[in-house]
Amino acid sequence: MKKGKQQPISYAKWGYIFIIPFFVVYIIFTLYPQILTFYNSFFENYKEGLTQVGPNFVGLDNYIQLLSPGSDGTIDIFKYFGNTMIMWIAGAIPQFVVALLLALIFTSSRLKLKGQGFAKAVIYMPNLIMASAFAMLFFSLFSTVGPINKMLIDSGILDKAIDFASIKITARGLVAVMNFIMWFGNTTIVLMAGIMGIDEALFESARIDGATSTHVFTDITLPLLRPILVYVMITSLIGGLQMFDVPQVLSKGVGMPDRSTFTVVMYLNNYLGGSKNYGMAGAISVILFVITGILSILVFKLMKKED
Amino acid sequence: MEDQNKTSRTKLIISRLFAYIFVGFFCILCIFFFYLLVLNSTKTNFELQGKFSFIPGTNFITNFTNAINDDFVKIPVGMVNSFIVASISALLTTYFSALTAYATYVYDFKLKKLVTTFIIGVMMIPSQVSAAGFVQLAFKFGLTNKLWVLIIPSIAAPAVYFYMKQYLEATLPLEMIEAARIDGSSEFATFNRIVLPIMKPAVAVQMIFSFVGSWNNFFLPGLLLTEPELKTVPIMISQLRSADFAKFDLGKLYMFILLAILPVVVVYLLLSKFIIKGVTSGSVKG
Repeated sequence: MKKGKQQPISYAKWGYIFIIPFFVVYIIFTLYPQILTFYNSFFENYKEGLTQVGPNFVGLDNYIQLLSPGSDGTIDIFKYFGNTMIMWIAGAIPQFVVALLLALIFTSSRLKLKGQGFAKAVIYMPNLIMASAFAMLFFSLFSTVGPINKMLIDSGILDKAIDFASIKITARGLVAVMNFIMWFGNTTIVLMAGIMGIDEALFESARIDGATSTHVFTDITLPLLRPILVYVMITSLIGGLQMFDVPQVLSKGVGMPDRSTFTVVMYLNNYLGGSKNYGMAGAISVILFVITGILSILVFKLMKKED
Repeated sequence: MEDQNKTSRTKLIISRLFAYIFVGFFCILCIFFFYLLVLNSTKTNFELQGKFSFIPGTNFITNFTNAINDDFVKIPVGMVNSFIVASISALLTTYFSALTAYATYVYDFKLKKLVTTFIIGVMMIPSQVSAAGFVQLAFKFGLTNKLWVLIIPSIAAPAVYFYMKQYLEATLPLEMIEAARIDGSSEFATFNRIVLPIMKPAVAVQMIFSFVGSWNNFFLPGLLLTEPELKTVPIMISQLRSADFAKFDLGKLYMFILLAILPVVVVYLLLSKFIIKGVTSGSVKG
């Protein structure tokens, strides 16, 4: 496209008019609440039973409280951030690898698999499943009286039922597996759109030049797919940091066992729920904001370095 | 030459076989848990507490009537509420994101660069970061237990904007807008009648994504909707977790979960072809 040679369009006012709805809504429903959230992180403002405490300006006290070790010596926010990341990574790595492979299989002009439409429809479906309902389903299926335990016992793999939701590794594993199942189909579809967006002529000429399929992948598909890969990774990372529904339902909101599935947003939710502690909730939000920012920039830099 | 053809054909058959096994495995993984859900929704609580069997029960209708008539979890009410929020949100989010993306792609205005950078910059901010302020304001102004408070914010969706912008850059030649102008089309009509149809695949994909996002949304509605008549499905489903599994009718439990996901699955089955076609026709040719 010859962008440089385009004639300047003298319809500038329409540009402003068309962005009004977006910005008015953004300012009222996102930007202002966001500023308020940050502002509140410097105040003591919560309910204790029926009495309202604050708002009183307390400076950085909320942050100090948030970053101080508790009675058991651990800093809660770090523990919850760690939990969130462990569960995200355990689901996201297989998610990207499997999705990329599936996208390549589906778009391959060599393989020409039958029943692709059906397969795509099936793998994308879990993404439509309400996360909290999916977690409730997993909890029921993997409970001590659930069918998975019964199948494992009947087939002689287990002697007695395992309480999946109350063992650290299996509870985290269930969350990761659910995240994987819910998102790999979505990622596949997005990556496929990206691969199909690549000019067919490039593949054609590479084939004529006798390039191997590995070469086509590393030299054509992957570099041209990078913008979409970046997009998918960033959105997945942000989604991962927001992890809430699945562990909340699976662990009944307490992150059992021993808060090992308790995530940052579950922590935030706890402060916003009963006690309406806007001070502490604000401080958590600011920290979440900073961490998201740093990680997003990191992903961007990493992708650029590969050039 | 013939030998080479033979080996390359054998190679192809083997890689095809592996591809089928690979794809098949993940298809089964996706279906298996939902198969168990449907299977269990046909059984009585007695059957579910006993030995597991792959033979379907005969209690489907009874479980269904028990579930929709439950006094504690009013699932039909929740489904209506969820559908209102999710469908209107999906329409608003795709239309206004496309409009905003179009504005920053086609028009040259002073703040264009700033606007574009701003939206892409805030795209990475999780929505939870503004939740505390949102909840505080909602309680302050008595806006809890109102569905529109959950719908209107979807007009401004930076991530959808980003997707639309990229799509426009890849598919819409500016000459087309010029041509429409020469034909006397007004700016707004050009967007609605010429640009939107071109963006159909992107709009369809994003509509599904945002419908899903809204339908799945549990965090903010969970904090704002406390009245039983206004609760959305995720809130109701999460309440089931508190049930005592030794006493609760598990047949009804599985039916609740099935009802929560079934409408979306049905909608998806109707739209999936359109979506996949939309995605494939969205490719850019030289």
